[in-house]
Amino acid sequence: MNVPTDLKYAKSDEWIRVEGEVATIGISDYAQDALSDIVYVDLPQVGASYTAGQPFGSVESVKAQSDVYLPVGGTVTAVNEALGQTPELVNSDPFGAGWLVKIQLTDAAPLADLMDAAAYTAFCAGRAH
Amino acid sequence: MLEPLIYDLSRPGRQGVTLPACDVPPTPLPDGLARTTLDLPEVDQLTVVRHFTRLSQLNMGIDTHMYPLGSCTMKYNPRVNETAARLPGLAAAHPLQDPETVQGSLALMFALQEWLADIGGFAGVSLQPAAGAQGELTGVLMMRAYHLDRGDTQRTKMLIPNSAHGTNPATANMAGLDVVEIPSDPRGNVDLAALKALCDDTIVGLMITNPNTLGLFEEHVEEVVAAVHACGGLVYGDGANMNAIVGKVRPGDLGFDVLHYNLHKTFSTPHGGGGPGSGPVGVSARLTDFLPGPLVARVQDQGETQPPHFSLVTPPKSIGRMKAFWGNFGVLVRAYAYIRANGPDGLRGNSEYAVLNANYLRAKLEDVYKLPYDRVCKHEFVVEGVWADAPGVHALDIAKRLVDYGFHAPTNYFPLIVHEALMIEPTETETRETLDTFVDALRKIAEEAHTQPQLLKDAPHTAPLSRLDEIAAAKQLVLCCRPAALS
Amino acid sequence: MAYYPHTPQERDDMLAAIGAADIETLFADIPARLRNPQLNLPPALSEMETLADLRELAEDNQHAGRSALFLGAGAYNHYTPQIVDALIQRGEFLTAYTPYQPEVSQGTLQAVFEWQSMVCALTGMDVANASHYDGATALAEAVIMGNEHFRGARRKVVLSPTLHPHARGVVHTYTQGLGLSIVGEDLPPDVAPPDLADLVDDQTMLLAVAYPNFLGQIDDLQGLADRVHARGALLVVMADPLALGLLTPPAALGADIVCGEGQSLGLPLSFGGPYLGFFATRKSLVRKMAGRVVGETHDRQGRRGFVLTLATREQHIRRERASSNICTNQGLMALAATIYLSTLGKHGLRQVAELCWHKSHYAAHLIGALPGFRVVAQRPFLKEFVVACPRPVAEVNDFLLYQRNIIGGYDLGQDYPALKNHMLLCVTETNTRAQIDDLVGALSELS
Repeated sequence: MNVPTDLKYAKSDEWIRVEGEVATIGISDYAQDALSDIVYVDLPQVGASYTAGQPFGSVESVKAQSDVYLPVGGTVTAVNEALGQTPELVNSDPFGAGWLVKIQLTDAAPLADLMDAAAYTAFCAGRAH
Repeated sequence: MLEPLIYDLSRPGRQGVTLPACDVPPTPLPDGLARTTLDLPEVDQLTVVRHFTRLSQLNMGIDTHMYPLGSCTMKYNPRVNETAARLPGLAAAHPLQDPETVQGSLALMFALQEWLADIGGFAGVSLQPAAGAQGELTGVLMMRAYHLDRGDTQRTKMLIPNSAHGTNPATANMAGLDVVEIPSDPRGNVDLAALKALCDDTIVGLMITNPNTLGLFEEHVEEVVAAVHACGGLVYGDGANMNAIVGKVRPGDLGFDVLHYNLHKTFSTPHGGGGPGSGPVGVSARLTDFLPGPLVARVQDQGETQPPHFSLVTPPKSIGRMKAFWGNFGVLVRAYAYIRANGPDGLRGNSEYAVLNANYLRAKLEDVYKLPYDRVCKHEFVVEGVWADAPGVHALDIAKRLVDYGFHAPTNYFPLIVHEALMIEPTETETRETLDTFVDALRKIAEEAHTQPQLLKDAPHTAPLSRLDEIAAAKQLVLCCRPAALS
Repeated sequence: MAYYPHTPQERDDMLAAIGAADIETLFADIPARLRNPQLNLPPALSEMETLADLRELAEDNQHAGRSALFLGAGAYNHYTPQIVDALIQRGEFLTAYTPYQPEVSQGTLQAVFEWQSMVCALTGMDVANASHYDGATALAEAVIMGNEHFRGARRKVVLSPTLHPHARGVVHTYTQGLGLSIVGEDLPPDVAPPDLADLVDDQTMLLAVAYPNFLGQIDDLQGLADRVHARGALLVVMADPLALGLLTPPAALGADIVCGEGQSLGLPLSFGGPYLGFFATRKSLVRKMAGRVVGETHDRQGRRGFVLTLATREQHIRRERASSNICTNQGLMALAATIYLSTLGKHGLRQVAELCWHKSHYAAHLIGALPGFRVVAQRPFLKEFVVACPRPVAEVNDFLLYQRNIIGGYDLGQDYPALKNHMLLCVTETNTRAQIDDLVGALSELS
């Protein structure tokens, strides 16, 4: 299982890459593997705002459907349009081409509650699959 | 391609049936009222017959194969029931005719209400819900209405075991309730201690299936019911597994407040490839006022000299109607005929032989398939469809390989609490020799899993099609072969 | 008779294989004092006797086979081609389960795909599901879908008073736990669509209208969708699919959801069920639609096949996050309707609708000329029309049935106080001119 060290992770399996006032969010390798082949990604409108912990979209496979939650407060500045045609990018490259949204941070405080790579790896090891 | 679409068989100018000429003077149609195109096929009658006949030949059905789907009760669908439902007096009666003119239909419904109440141990029955899931919604709405009627407005939660069928939590959500999941204990029962800890005055009640979705009779069922009642909650019984207990125990006697029956499972009405079913509900005395209406009531007892007289009445605190008219009447006729033919001894015998057949299969397979719960089962049982020393083989592969041996697959991946579950329910209408052939097939498949696993992974080999690409289906989403045709 | 095949010897052999002394051992976990209750049911009958019992009950009914029928109001006497019933009785259709194992269920799956396609053709919409229990529950599911679509942000529903009273009742039942506000039903039954649109605001999730409406009338729905959409709400049209063989499809009128009762498509009256709910919507809303859906795909050899798809909307996956719990639906009835539509075809369905049109207008013309009777006809009608009677409808119907062996129309005063003594009369392609003339002759005696 791939867990890049430069990212932070939520218990609901989202990752976040923060670069100053902006951030990119996606779902982890553990999550894409659990869902298996993803067939559809429901993304928000650009400009939509969410508080930390609010659902901003969902990811769907043949067997399951999961909401995705924003780990921080933010406003959506871009969504990954490529996922409309090729949702399987979330499976093949969850940390790169399979990103979900980019946001402008409005509330970065919840970053402190997120896990680093080591903590997330330990968290996943303790879960029933 | 196995069979063309009906649209591909269409040729301009063909029609499958002619209509009489208009025998009245015509009235002109106003401009702009009529559509200018209608994209339906044009097919001669013989081609329609061949098309649908050939389609039917691509299916497995109870009439052709043993269908051991757990919790579906795929027993023989008696043909006399089909004849009964098609009797003109029953098939051509309009639901809104004056009740005086449909006393036969009302008498049938009244009798079925009484018989189901007796079988379940309940004070009242509504035949209106059209399926088990609709019966569940009926039951949960009645429980909610009961508490609100008493001013108990803080009850917003429904307790549901983690082994429950998905319709149970979905139903609670539809009724605006929060779902609280209860774990199961190592013997497959509802965890009594966990349940007791959750019983307080914020719960509407408990939804429970007994026998449960593992095919096991809840060993502490009376204590479970008592715990829920003690905190003021009600107990809902999902009757999907009733085939194990008709004439053996009555859910009402166990203390259940409401139960739905599945006529298309326990009472032999056909599944039809996805319905129609029927999901009547039975209730204890404290819920009879809340039943959906209308129901059939006997109007007056005029003594021995006059036949009984029936009408449609809505209970005083009814939750409302669950569907138009009175229920899936044609399905009710079939269930009536089934109960009438079987009588009490036949119904009890059906349950006894359903349980005998299931335990027979369990005994013949337990050395080869892992049983997560080593107990006498009821009408169905669960095995794990996986072996540590046959890596890469899953329950799905076993299910698909059974098709090559001439059997429909058992239920897969349910209940969720068993790893790689295969739930097997033979029903009472299978002969011993069919069961022995089924056992042989499963034993051979277990061997193949270890020696030739690819046979399973590529199965079925002899079905009309091999495994279908569900991912492509979900991504491409081709749900209709006609482009939207407007006006 | 019971259908288990076991002989006593087989029973004993099987018990020995299990290691159980007798059958009761297998039920030891049932509390002893509650086991084997006495069932107060009539004793078993042979097959022959069972049928005789049912025949007696059937004989006790008046029905459309014995009397001329002019009653509609949501259940219709149309002619069903004989092959429909013959084909749905094939055991492979009748006794199959839900098609969860698609390799051995292509008959059911392809038939559902063809049904979905025909519903799209009739309504003009993009996608349709496998069925709902009936038109009334389909309407309730449309309201639930509206609630999901707006994620609870809009709680108001506008229902036209001329939607079928049973359908409106089911909407109330289904939504009683959801905290919605349902308005519009107390408007007068001759309400015009623009007046309904006035009730749509930015708290409204949807407006639902009937087409034709419960009074048999075809409302002018032009422009209604624009007004509803201007407020951000959805337009739901509950339609009679047989009427759609003739009328402008609701998609052309801007509907977002089209649902309705499919009994008109070759299903018997059967005292109210089993019937058939159909449901169709736009492609953009497909993931919010409840019910089973069949999609096209291919197998490992590249051969075309069909599977249940979008299962992640459904109860067995979403569980407490599912907005609908529907599982078993009306599969065999959808098959019957598909065969009906295939047999009649594009011209035949139109012919049936036109026969209903001409015969109902012929009847209305004659009845309107009778002293004391007045036909209420400000709007076009297809197969049903409203007649103001000189006497209570119950009296008229008693006379028609007991003196003339005619089953008369529906008493609208039961549902609409403004329509006391008004009858909803239905004429279909099954009513001959002679039957209509007899009806008119009988009514003339009540003038």
